[in-house]
Amino acid sequence: MNDDLAAVFRREAGRCTATMIRVLGDIDLAEDAVAEAFVIAAQRWPVDGVPANPGAWITTTARNRAIDRLRREATRTDRYVAAFRLDDAEPRRSHPDLADLDALVDVVPDDQLRLLFLCCHPALSADAQTALTLRLLGGLDVGEIARAFLVSEATMNKRIGRAKAKLRDNHASYRIPEARELPDRLHVVLTAISLIFTEGHTATSGSDLTRVDLSAEAVRLGRSVCALMPDEFEAIGLLALMLLTDARRPARTAPDGTMIRLSEQDRSRWDPSLIAEGHELVRTCLRRNRPGPFQFQAAIAAVHADAASADETDWRQIVALYDQLLACRPDAVVALNRAIAVGELAGPLAALAELEPIGNELDGYQPFHASRADLLARSGRSVEATAAYDRAIELTANEAERAFLLARRSTVVGPEGEIRRVR
Amino acid sequence: MAQYLLSVWHDDDYVVDFSGDDVERMVAQVDRFNTDLQTSGAWVFAGGLHPASSATVVRSNDGAVSMTDGPYAESKEQMGGFWVIEAADLDAALDWAGRAATACEGPVEVRPLQGE
Repeated sequence: MNDDLAAVFRREAGRCTATMIRVLGDIDLAEDAVAEAFVIAAQRWPVDGVPANPGAWITTTARNRAIDRLRREATRTDRYVAAFRLDDAEPRRSHPDLADLDALVDVVPDDQLRLLFLCCHPALSADAQTALTLRLLGGLDVGEIARAFLVSEATMNKRIGRAKAKLRDNHASYRIPEARELPDRLHVVLTAISLIFTEGHTATSGSDLTRVDLSAEAVRLGRSVCALMPDEFEAIGLLALMLLTDARRPARTAPDGTMIRLSEQDRSRWDPSLIAEGHELVRTCLRRNRPGPFQFQAAIAAVHADAASADETDWRQIVALYDQLLACRPDAVVALNRAIAVGELAGPLAALAELEPIGNELDGYQPFHASRADLLARSGRSVEATAAYDRAIELTANEAERAFLLARRSTVVGPEGEIRRVR
Repeated sequence: MAQYLLSVWHDDDYVVDFSGDDVERMVAQVDRFNTDLQTSGAWVFAGGLHPASSATVVRSNDGAVSMTDGPYAESKEQMGGFWVIEAADLDAALDWAGRAATACEGPVEVRPLQGE
């Protein structure tokens, strides 16, 4: 029973909230209406049984609650007008005609897009975007989001509250961006989803390397973006990238929780159905030939997935894809990943030369020092390699990563050919 | 319609060289921007400020007024000028802010005014 309700909530809460925000013009009132509907469900379903279509039941109940509320508050003009601070784009109106309410509360898919673009408004910080997206579209409660990001519930509450207040005070519109703004706005949305995925994939701190919930949540969001905007190939590229990355999850950690590098993973443990789905999506993108940064990253992940073993990786193609990625989005982290691929194709010295120009910019970035350490060790420059591992260890907050880096450092071979002892 | 404060910021030690080409270019850009604001009906009020060193802070403790020399915020960045504009929504205000930042070649902060 409770499982049923929880499952319905996870599936319907975002959709329902999205519509209620349009109807009520206020995020908090919309959340209240949806929450009320679930409270009523928790009371009625154990008695009346679970309705045949639980999602529709919840939506109808929430909209009825919303209508009741609007009618009640229509007699109290000040509160009623105050509720309409989040503007509806068109037609511009201060409040809806009560007679039109039934039509207004019809669930339209566009509402979810409106909500997605609102949560990922570029005027919000990335932290606020991801938290608000998980709260309003994902239907996660504040405590769950706080635990996932390893902050206190009070901090997360404040973060989400501030974001909602900023949108309200600034008269943010509840609308889908126009064609001319869409590419930039969509990129912000997709970046937020990829941040949620990455946070789940490699927790930035804490003892578990992976946090299942956030990755799964990001994939779910990615799927709904693709369903809502089937012609946006960057959205498909992001979904493919997440699936192909997630496919490696079973092989990423040893039984003791330590991290296993891509080159050393047991590829038979990669999830074949996720890889197949990711490949199919990459092929869809290639056929349409409207490339972008997420599609290039997905293509790179697909090349990795194609190789039965690390030795069979087509590094030439990977470097070529990184060249294209860099051309459309010049970025030091992309340059770092390209350098690692160059290291596989042309040897560690060539890769170290590629790292020179980005060293300053990435000095505070742990993967830069870990990769540099590896390349130095492979070039026989053991003293520098050990120092680089030290710097990487200093910069990591994740226990599994730290254990991995300590183990790597202990294998650095000294100039005399002996294994260097570590403290 | 809502009102927004658009303020332009620069380093405290920013010195305007009134004989330079840069100033001439910038003044022309800002004039054009102001004209656009006025013809579109978004203009409410605007002004450029003298340097922050010209500021005085006045305080009142239970009616006892005192004053100190200099800006309130001891910050490296100071406000150099501002506009109050009227815009349909945040995105429209951000759009104006983008044009303001381009015109005066500096960062522009957008803040909504209270009340309707």
